[in-house]
Amino acid sequence: MKLPPFEYACPTTLPEAVQLLASGNGDAKALAGGQSLMPMLAFRLAQPALLVDLRKLADLRGIRITEKGVTLGAMVRWREIEDDERLDVAHPLLKEAIAHVAHYQIRNRGTIGGSMAHADPAAEMPGVAVTCDAEIAVVGRAGARVINTADFFQGALTTALTPDEIIVEVRLPPWPKARRWGFQEFARRRGDFAMAAAAVFYDVAPGGEATNAHVGVIGVGDRPQRLATVEAVLNGARIDDGIIAAAEAATCAAVNPQSDIHATAAYRRALVGTMVERALKRAAAT
Amino acid sequence: MGERYMPTRFEVNGKQVEVEVEPRMTLADCLRHELRLTGTHLGCEHGVCGACTVIVDGAAVRACLMLAVQADGAKVVTVEGLSNDDDLTPLQKSFRKHHALQCGFCTPGMITTAHALLSEEPDCDADRVREVLSGNLCRCTGYIPIVEAVLDARAAYGRKDRA
Repeated sequence: MKLPPFEYACPTTLPEAVQLLASGNGDAKALAGGQSLMPMLAFRLAQPALLVDLRKLADLRGIRITEKGVTLGAMVRWREIEDDERLDVAHPLLKEAIAHVAHYQIRNRGTIGGSMAHADPAAEMPGVAVTCDAEIAVVGRAGARVINTADFFQGALTTALTPDEIIVEVRLPPWPKARRWGFQEFARRRGDFAMAAAAVFYDVAPGGEATNAHVGVIGVGDRPQRLATVEAVLNGARIDDGIIAAAEAATCAAVNPQSDIHATAAYRRALVGTMVERALKRAAAT
Repeated sequence: MGERYMPTRFEVNGKQVEVEVEPRMTLADCLRHELRLTGTHLGCEHGVCGACTVIVDGAAVRACLMLAVQADGAKVVTVEGLSNDDDLTPLQKSFRKHHALQCGFCTPGMITTAHALLSEEPDCDADRVREVLSGNLCRCTGYIPIVEAVLDARAAYGRKDRA
């Protein structure tokens, strides 16, 4: 369908953008890469009165890598992550996960901030953010604040952002070089939405056992989730086939997927268990 | 609301253009309806089929997922900009040689996508070509001849890079 009518503004400063969003009284929306919002408009699932284009806001650009971790400006496009060789070491999990985001043309425009704000339950970036305990820096009429990812996603397409708030950047904690990790995703066609995916990592203690295990899954609930019971299986254990099988079983027990036109709940439950199993095997093999 | 027309200037296929468009008009509709560049095809209008792919500031993008007003100041290349009146280009020749089209509806998106890919990565392999073309739906060919055509056209882009 053709898009519904709306007004359009393209501010050049962040305060101006916030003011424009605030002026919409909840009926204005920020436009980042547009790769989710434009289809929402085409389906008339969103009918904002005003679109505030963020493309001229220099404050939202750039990938910064320091000892404090990786900071992604909200307007960083998937393509920039793909092309940034520093991330091979600074955040290999991010890089691997982002390789699964959509298709070539969409990766040239889609942004990490847009994906976070859109909050699709099967999207990779929110899954990585939740798995890694990222912080989301936002700015709005009431000023700047930092939201923990665990509090950010509140349901399918629902976040803690107020209507006048804009994501400025997403901060991923530092990534030790020796960290073990894996990312596995299943979609019928590469680039399509995940039917299920898993991101896992852990550090290895001097005695050889896993510590600081993080296990995140997407596509099996109304938001990306970390699975504490699976992490408990891994922490303190040497990661071998027996532990991986136990982690797979714990994953299947921890999730509560719904049936939809793509897959039954039982299939998704089994699938996400397999994703965790494969991700752990990949992690243990590195 | 939404009735306001906005002046928008950008470059299309090397020519500067100026249009007055409603904010809600997509770049794809602007190219077709305002500029009469009907080589850009519109299939799904929501970012799935890839038929409307154009090249904006060097990057292949879906013209249905971009507003015309967002193209202000940009350099846009459509499928019309990838041909000339004298002869077929090497990419076009390769599509012809390999029968990489049947009904032709997806072809403009295939050509623009392949051109962007080969310009950036003239040494790409078959897996990479398949991965990139996964964003373009073709219901006729089964893709095999399209992949072969793109692979065969690499030489022309590789030579250009070495020159």
